[in-house]
Amino acid sequence: MIVQAVLFYIFAAVAVASGAMVVASRNPVHSVLFLIVTFFNAAALFVLIGAEFLAMTLIIVYVGAVAVLFLFVVMMLNIDFLQLRSGFVRYLPVGAAIGVVLLAELIFLVFGWFGAPGGQRAAMASATGGLSLSNTRALGGILYTRYLFAFQAAGLILLVAMIGAIVLTLRQRADVRRQSISAQLARTRTETVEVVKVPLGSGSS
Amino acid sequence: MAVAVVFLPLLGAVIAGFFGRAIGDRGAQLVTCGALLLSAVLGCFLFRDILASDEVRVIPLANWIIAGGVDVAWSLRLDTLSGVMIVVVTVVSSMVHVYSIGYMHGDPSIPRFMSFLSLFTFFMLALVTSDNFVQLFFGWEGVGLMSYLLVGFWYDRPSANAAAIKAFLVNRVGDFGFSLGIYSIFVIFGSLDFSTVFGAAPKAVGTTMEFLGWHVDSLTLACILLFIGAMGKSAQIPLHTWLPDAMEGPTPVSALIHAATMVTAGVFMVARLSPLFEYAPTALGVVGIIGGTTAIFAASIGMAQPDIKKVVAYSTCSQLGYMFAAAGVSAYGAAIFHLFTHAFFKGLLFLCCGSVIHAMGGEQDMRRMGGLWRKTPITYVTMWIGALSLSAIPFFSGYYSKDTILEAAWASGSAVGRYAWVLGTVAALMTAFYISRVMFMTFHGEPRAGEEAMHHAHESPWVMLIPLIVLAIGATLFGFLGYDFFVGNERVAFWKSSILVLPQYDSLAVAEGVPALVRFMPLIFALIGIAIAYVFYIADPQLPIRLAAQFRALYLFLLNKWYFDELYDWLFVRTAFVLGNGLWRSGDGAVIDGFGPNGVAAVTRDLARQASRLQTGYLYHYAFAMMIGLVALVTWYLFPR
Amino acid sequence: MLIGLAHYLTVAAILFTLGIFGIFLNRKNVIIMLMSIELMLLAVTINFVAFSVFLNNLIGQAFAMFVLTVAAAEAAIGLAILVVYFRNRGTIRVEDINMMKG
Repeated sequence: MIVQAVLFYIFAAVAVASGAMVVASRNPVHSVLFLIVTFFNAAALFVLIGAEFLAMTLIIVYVGAVAVLFLFVVMMLNIDFLQLRSGFVRYLPVGAAIGVVLLAELIFLVFGWFGAPGGQRAAMASATGGLSLSNTRALGGILYTRYLFAFQAAGLILLVAMIGAIVLTLRQRADVRRQSISAQLARTRTETVEVVKVPLGSGSS
Repeated sequence: MAVAVVFLPLLGAVIAGFFGRAIGDRGAQLVTCGALLLSAVLGCFLFRDILASDEVRVIPLANWIIAGGVDVAWSLRLDTLSGVMIVVVTVVSSMVHVYSIGYMHGDPSIPRFMSFLSLFTFFMLALVTSDNFVQLFFGWEGVGLMSYLLVGFWYDRPSANAAAIKAFLVNRVGDFGFSLGIYSIFVIFGSLDFSTVFGAAPKAVGTTMEFLGWHVDSLTLACILLFIGAMGKSAQIPLHTWLPDAMEGPTPVSALIHAATMVTAGVFMVARLSPLFEYAPTALGVVGIIGGTTAIFAASIGMAQPDIKKVVAYSTCSQLGYMFAAAGVSAYGAAIFHLFTHAFFKGLLFLCCGSVIHAMGGEQDMRRMGGLWRKTPITYVTMWIGALSLSAIPFFSGYYSKDTILEAAWASGSAVGRYAWVLGTVAALMTAFYISRVMFMTFHGEPRAGEEAMHHAHESPWVMLIPLIVLAIGATLFGFLGYDFFVGNERVAFWKSSILVLPQYDSLAVAEGVPALVRFMPLIFALIGIAIAYVFYIADPQLPIRLAAQFRALYLFLLNKWYFDELYDWLFVRTAFVLGNGLWRSGDGAVIDGFGPNGVAAVTRDLARQASRLQTGYLYHYAFAMMIGLVALVTWYLFPR
Repeated sequence: MLIGLAHYLTVAAILFTLGIFGIFLNRKNVIIMLMSIELMLLAVTINFVAFSVFLNNLIGQAFAMFVLTVAAAEAAIGLAILVVYFRNRGTIRVEDINMMKG
């Protein structure tokens, strides 16, 4: 139990710290890297709690795809180093105040909920919904049966996102030659072949 | 026939007014003069018919208002009083129409002028033939309107416009009293019909009404309020200020409206309502006092005026005072008789003034006239006839009517009557003086106009002279002819029931019995007046100038009309302007506009501008706003109330 | 000490707040904003998973998967928009994006 607690605190602390660094870092590439660290630590937290499938999914999808995408874009846009603007300092007090208020309320809520009688579920229950399966098997069991519709919808969302991304960023370059099959097939005889009566002895021009 | 008499002028007015451009100047003149002359002839026949018939004839025309207790119809009341007025109005109006053909020659808006004159005649006829208060008021307002339109006929003159507005406004003050009078009549009697009201008058004696918190005798109150209307219309003190300024209008207008007809509407009204006034002796007393005061007041001003038309205008004001003084001692017959003769000789005087002005090429100041009698002989003779008639010299008609008034005033024996007699007699001296002054300054003596003007001076064309001659005949004969009927022994049979005189107030009956000195005093005074004028303007022309210099204050006082205009300006006009300006700027501008349209718009714009500052365009500002909202919501849910 | 639901929820709360900070405190560029959104989604995912485990109900984890899906899709689209914007404007500085100013 102690190990679990210590590990929890380590992972949690690192996650929070790197989250802060995402926002505060000057170099955008550093920000992305700190984001990746945050994701990793969150995954570790998930493993601690017993939801290992989700942890791995987090790493594969978030780190492997989303964070890399961020990195691509950061590199592509060639963003300069930026100094901290004066606006940051000006707005910091108000913004920090609001944020701290929000945080305090959330925490207050959490502990208040636990203070109420009948709300104590301090003990860690099963990550498999009471079944003696592995987490993955248990998830698979409900995902393809009860929540099939949501699953398919998620797939559709991804499809739409993909199409959208392509539509947004596709550029027709003027100096690249490409084929237009439909145009080729729609060609008629009249625009291709021309019959010219050439008198004997003279060339056609 | 009565309908034709009343409506022919309206027809003429409509045709000339709407089709004036199509039928041209000549056409408009022909139509209107023709209609009027026909109306005048028919009017005389109608008068003969009325005299022949026994009782009052009422010809109903159409229903007008039937609402609640108010039942008013258009109808024509034909009795002696309205018959006399019809004759006066139509004859004088037709003469003025014919005269205008000559006088307005060359004016660019002749059809409009003729149409207005005819329309005025129609309104006046509607007034005198009315059978109820509302139709009387209709005619009353109508003639006021036409007076405005005709005084301001030359509307490109600012002075004419101002004079027209002044006439209408002062009239309106009187009309306010008149309206209140009509309302009180309705309250007292429950009806606005003359027949009903006259029949119920005796019963209303002694009843009281509440007015502004006081209890007053109802008939007295009603009659005084109605008389206020007459004061405005007939230019009595203190609502007289509009009449001299109304001389801005063309001279035919002055002759018709401000001498013969419109201003006499007040006198006519008092005579018509004699069944009411007889039962309100206090009101009659007020009428008499105001009449007498006005008579002398206007005459005194007339003595000092240099403008020929203004003198005659003040003369009209003064003579109207005489008529009201007569009414004040219940001598209604004398008042109407004087109205009748006055219409002729005053109309004549005005038309002669117009002739003189025409001869002098537009000059109206007598100080630049003189020595005209050789140039305009017919005008000279007819004007002298008018002047002598006005001065009440025997054999001319003014003598019969004016002296009867003064005799009746003395004979009534009341304080009002004696007061009126004294003032009237002194005013007779002034009257004779000022009109002789006019004659001497204009026609006699050395010419004071330039060579050029005297060379151009010429007699008016015949179309202008014939009306003068017709009116002069009237000014000479009608007094002598009408004396018996109007005020003499035949009067009861003449007036029948159109005028009521209670026996105890019948001053005309005892008018014969006044002492000889009293009877001849006005005549003596008039002769003295003519003599003084002769001395001043023929024998020793420098005398008036020396006198004016010596008594400068008095002279200025008279010249400036007793400073009435200045007083009114200071009292009413200035206050009205200040009030209006203040209300406009702060009331309308600041309060209503400020809180109303402008204010609302400004606040809206302001709020919108403030709100638009939220739209910075920066996404993180929006996100921040969302965050604040979220925190607020969470806080609100977190803490149970 | 026993690590309970409260601790996980606290961590999630802190991460969420950090993400919010990142949105309106950042003055640099839009990518930081997108990354902050990812942080917030991560926090929500942690919440879901924690509740799922402690309430013995797998629906939480299933939903966390969907959150993941949506987050990925949204990141893709967001970056695509960013790229196109950069092509048209030449800058992704946050201060320069104020064309919707009212």
